[in-house]
Amino acid sequence: MSETILEVHGLTMDFGGVRALNNLDLDVRSGEIAALIGPNGAGKTTFFNCLTGLYLPTKGDIFLYRRDKDKKISLKGLKPNKVTEHGLARTFQNIRLFPMMTVLENVMIGRHCRTKAFVIGAFFRGPRTRREEEEIIEMSHRILEKVGLSRFENDFAMNLPYGAQRRLEIARALATEPVLLLLDEPAAGMNPYETIELVNLIQEIATDGQSILLIEHDMKLVMSLSDRIFVMDYGKKIAQGRPEEIRLNPAVITAYLGEEVDA
Amino acid sequence: MFTLQELKRSALISLWFVFLTFPIMVVKVNSIEKTVQWRWMNVVYVLVGSFVLSLLFRYFLYRKEQQSGEDEQQGDNTGRSLIHRLLIVPKYRNMIYGVLLGTAVVFPFLTSSYQVNIMTTALMYVVLGLGLNIVVGLAGLLDLGYVAFYAVGAYSYALLNYHFGLGFWAVLPIGGLLAAMFGILLGFPVLRLRGDYLAIVTLGFGEIIRLVLENWGGFSQGPSGISNISRPGFFGIELSLEMAIVYIYYLMVLFVIVTIFLVNRLQDSRLGRAWIALREDEIACQAMGIDKIKTKLAAFSLGALWAGIIGVVFAAKTTFINPASFTFLESAIILSIVVLGGMGSIIGVIIGALVLILLPEYLRALSEFRMLAFGAILVCMMVFRPQGIIASIRRTYTYKPRNRDEA
Ligand SMILES: Nc1ncnc2c1ncn2[C@@H]1O[C@H](COP(=O)(O)OP(=O)(O)OP(=O)(O)O)[C@@H](O)[C@H]1O
Ligand SMILES: [Mg+2]
Repeated sequence: MSETILEVHGLTMDFGGVRALNNLDLDVRSGEIAALIGPNGAGKTTFFNCLTGLYLPTKGDIFLYRRDKDKKISLKGLKPNKVTEHGLARTFQNIRLFPMMTVLENVMIGRHCRTKAFVIGAFFRGPRTRREEEEIIEMSHRILEKVGLSRFENDFAMNLPYGAQRRLEIARALATEPVLLLLDEPAAGMNPYETIELVNLIQEIATDGQSILLIEHDMKLVMSLSDRIFVMDYGKKIAQGRPEEIRLNPAVITAYLGEEVDA
Repeated sequence: MFTLQELKRSALISLWFVFLTFPIMVVKVNSIEKTVQWRWMNVVYVLVGSFVLSLLFRYFLYRKEQQSGEDEQQGDNTGRSLIHRLLIVPKYRNMIYGVLLGTAVVFPFLTSSYQVNIMTTALMYVVLGLGLNIVVGLAGLLDLGYVAFYAVGAYSYALLNYHFGLGFWAVLPIGGLLAAMFGILLGFPVLRLRGDYLAIVTLGFGEIIRLVLENWGGFSQGPSGISNISRPGFFGIELSLEMAIVYIYYLMVLFVIVTIFLVNRLQDSRLGRAWIALREDEIACQAMGIDKIKTKLAAFSLGALWAGIIGVVFAAKTTFINPASFTFLESAIILSIVVLGGMGSIIGVIIGALVLILLPEYLRALSEFRMLAFGAILVCMMVFRPQGIIASIRRTYTYKPRNRDEA
């Protein structure tokens, strides 16, 4: 239960003169919901971008443990698609679906890194390709059912209501069979009803044994969902611990109140 | 229907047009007799003509806005056109395919070899359009140098035939593969580029190939080109000119069928989905585990493969090629076919090719204004139907529920 699956050491990211991440340590354990919080501009999304290979961190190490394969993989410097292949999948803060593809196809894209057919397979469509294709469809359908989107299956993703689009992003990430699921503000912009549905969904996914690291601004959501919380401010980790510890942590309170006074 | 203000605006537009076209439509200088003719009647024509056109334009815009409002209300906006709805029903689909195939087969018997020749050209553009559609329509990579691959195919046949006497069927795969290799060659440097930048680099690539062919005389015989290229062999039998034309026509029909079949399969494959995802959002696509480099190179090389094959056919059909056949205009026409027909839509591209290649042939009377009409059509399409004649739709999957009963 409490084995580490992700380990980040001294992660630093500079954009020119701006140090967006400053010597950040973080770890996620198998089966838990960990949360990363912090005021706007703290560097949370940048952290995700470094993990998933969209940015190359200036310093630091990222290790992913695949207990099932008995491997410790260094993710630093890998291309985004390789990172996903190794088992990190993410959603985006500002939704990035494939708007002109159907909902089902969006999820099918998630299966890409677990399947093989290429040009020859496409041309000849042999038995193996056909089987693979059926498996993709079947699994994508099951995932859509789980997130409650199967009735939209054949609609264009761009025609979905906002909350459903966020859930589709989660479905697409789940389709890659991630070791760790990274959610970047999954509740952003949702109405209270949609938020409750989302909380239920995340809990359901977690009960299936999925480890999750999520970024979120909605404190109520974070406190109720997460097993452990990491707090960042100005690129630095200022606190970490269980929700009840974080709630009372003076450094966290200053960071948040300070921001509100500024704003 | 039109407010006074709209009428006023149209009137202003037509006045502006009169002013713009004054030098070419009204003033005519006879340089031999050194006199100037003033054709005042043309002012009236331009005035009335542009006024009516501008009103029409407004009317269609108005209709379009209304329609899109209705679409949203109906809620069914999967973008299916009549053709798609017909093609979904197997009975109609088989009927349509049967009629099309029948027409294609009897066509040479009903018409002159001149007509057959034109139709062969149109079919070649169908295949070229479908090939470019992979790159532009599916993968979303704006390629303005597509003609380069066509040239590679044509020259590989011409040169191999000239130097080594290789026949059409032997060079067909070689030409295709060579073009595909050039596709990868072009693909590597432009992997990081997108949109306008990609367009400019591919445009340059197309021009480079043409300029090399034009100036490297020792290799390609320069602007004077290569002549006496052999026509496709037919089991070693010598065909008369007319027979050869019909033979190439049937070959093209076959190629078109095979191409449609293969491109359709590509579109519905894992690779095809990856292309579309790449077009839709490159970052999300990579984050979902798609290898961008592999996917892009596959698009470039497969697109080029078809251009190369048609290049070989082109050389065999005309028996003479020179660099002048491979100018940017050619790329532009093929791109127009894809855009006009409907990016990513196979039926759309086929219709686009037939319209764009056959119309000018039958509208030879308009020949001087051909490019003008061409531009006007494209502009109007972009305004009224940006998705093309036939918009692309995505395949829907019917999931076979096991021990589940749902609609
Ligand atoms: N590509 C970039 N180039 C330059 N600066 C960047 C880049 N990406 C992020 N930054 C800077 O890094 C800092 C952290 O940004 P980041 O988006 O990670 O914040 P965040 O914690 O996700 O904020 P929010 O809660 O608003 O999403 C900001 O100051 C931002 O301006
Ligand atoms: Mg953020």
